[in-house]
Amino acid sequence: MKTKALASPYIVWMLIFTIVPLAMVFYFAFTTNSGEFTFTNMARAAEYLPVLMRSVWYALAACVICLLIGYPVAYVIAQTSASWQRVLYLLVTLPMCMSFLLRTLAWVALLRNTGIINTLLAGLGIGPLPLIRNAGSVIMGMVYNYLPYMIMPLYTVIAKLDPRLIEAAQDLGCDSAQVFRRVILPLSMPGIVSGITMVFVPAVSTFYISQKLGGTNNTMIGDIIELQFKGSINQNLGAAMSLILMLLVFVSIWLMNRFTGEGDEGVATL
Amino acid sequence: MKKKVISIALVLALALSFAALSGCGSSKVVLNVYNWGMNIAEGEDGYIDVIALFEEKYPDIDVNYSTYDTNEALYTRLKNGGASYDVIIPSDYMIARMIAEDMLLPLDFENIPNYELVDEQFKNQSYDPNNEYSVPYTWGTVGIIYNTKYVDEADIGGWDLLWNEKYAGRILMVGNERDAFAIAEARLGYSFNTEDPDELQAAADLLMEQKPLVQQYSMDNIYDAMDNEEAWIGVYYAGDCMLMMQENPDLNFYLPEEETFNVFIDAMCIPSCAEHKEEAELFINFICEPEICGGNMDYLGYGAPVSAAKDYMDPEMASSPVAYPDAETLARGEAFGALSTEAQQLMSSLWTDIYGGEASA
Repeated sequence: MKTKALASPYIVWMLIFTIVPLAMVFYFAFTTNSGEFTFTNMARAAEYLPVLMRSVWYALAACVICLLIGYPVAYVIAQTSASWQRVLYLLVTLPMCMSFLLRTLAWVALLRNTGIINTLLAGLGIGPLPLIRNAGSVIMGMVYNYLPYMIMPLYTVIAKLDPRLIEAAQDLGCDSAQVFRRVILPLSMPGIVSGITMVFVPAVSTFYISQKLGGTNNTMIGDIIELQFKGSINQNLGAAMSLILMLLVFVSIWLMNRFTGEGDEGVATL
Repeated sequence: MKKKVISIALVLALALSFAALSGCGSSKVVLNVYNWGMNIAEGEDGYIDVIALFEEKYPDIDVNYSTYDTNEALYTRLKNGGASYDVIIPSDYMIARMIAEDMLLPLDFENIPNYELVDEQFKNQSYDPNNEYSVPYTWGTVGIIYNTKYVDEADIGGWDLLWNEKYAGRILMVGNERDAFAIAEARLGYSFNTEDPDELQAAADLLMEQKPLVQQYSMDNIYDAMDNEEAWIGVYYAGDCMLMMQENPDLNFYLPEEETFNVFIDAMCIPSCAEHKEEAELFINFICEPEICGGNMDYLGYGAPVSAAKDYMDPEMASSPVAYPDAETLARGEAFGALSTEAQQLMSSLWTDIYGGEASA
């Protein structure tokens, strides 16, 4: 009973800032401007499926790249001494102390045609290279911003791996590739799943990165939703789009959790 | 023990200073002014600081100034409630919509004697036919800004520059639906206030055709992109264009020679959520003072609705053809009126399609 009471601030918090807004999204998604029940918003929102698919595609690409970069980094950090681990972990999380908007704007200054990189290249007689306003620059912006979310859970899981299991595998004749594939990788699965979830969810719903680093053909579902609220004054359609996006996120989290089975540690369930 | 005493003393000092701060706040009225971004002189580069001068004149009023990007953003903010603003500065068509939806309070002109100074041509406008809800802040035009280093003089003169494939990827299109549609409608010879679905569809098709050439749909970020020459051609409000031309001397501005273009009036209003109506009226009155209006417009580069303000302006600015086009040019200007809900919704959904769609280059 006493422990339940301790959770009550969180329950109140969740009620006000999660349940009530969710209910409002549902309400707006299924009503017209004047409050009558309708399915039109959902039907209209479904017309933007290509934009949603584009967002999913970019987010998946960002996840894969984050995993390919993040796994070795997390592994290396986990192998160092305890004091080094603290320093390196801090370095990974350090960029998160700075505003995400500022960091994205800094990339604009680096990548644009008249930006720092292309100006330097022009000095060497190269360019200007198309570094900005394409799918690549949007995915790069996501990878840059969300990489720490991949490294953190991976590091936590890998650092806790029991070295005796690895030794046992070596004793039993595994070469290092086999040790990795048959012991380390399966044991770090919870970290991988958690990392992918933590990168995919913010990436698929982002809007700022695509507006700053993308061109007119790289609009993401988050941009379209923002437009409904800030530009077009159609909150009902915006809510319907948000609802579809949320469903997609929930389904993908559910699918990811199934990969690891029940009872595994380190899985973000949001 | 000593440490403890010191920390208690520090905590007490902190608490007292908070108390002092809040005590100070309660004796002053906080006036919430909500204006467009980059839309008031704030004392930089030798221009006047309008808000500081107001607070100096009325020491009991503290102005809390914040900004928005588009008329639609302002509308949404007010419609959602929870926010309290005392003075807002929407454009003509949005004022009409807000009046229709009971979002504005009628002004008490006893408190705004300077309204007399506002030029007759800016009164009795279709958005506020009885002059009950609004006092003009600025007026201006929407035209094309371009970089003379990269754009061939032979290509300029009309809206078609924005569809010129020579400049693919260097064009910034204005990033809100009403202004964007107006440009397509001007090219097609339609009224800016058309509600005909076929005409709106034709305008949308023209905008979609333009999309592969557009670098970005932009609002305030046009400043940065034009200044560092990332973009060569943009569409924006004349006053802002003058500011950009001061930053980068290679920039130039024109209004189309034959087609129509938008003439807008931004006017000060008091929203129904206002808590300090009387102070808001003092503010509106203050802005209309010729000296303040002139100093403010010197910075803004927009048209002063108070002719007497020109006496206080930089003569070069007061005679600038960008801020004050001649009567012949102005005759081609068309103002925005309020659209019916159906037409508004159709335009919004067409714009969303353009914005989210994939254009093949």
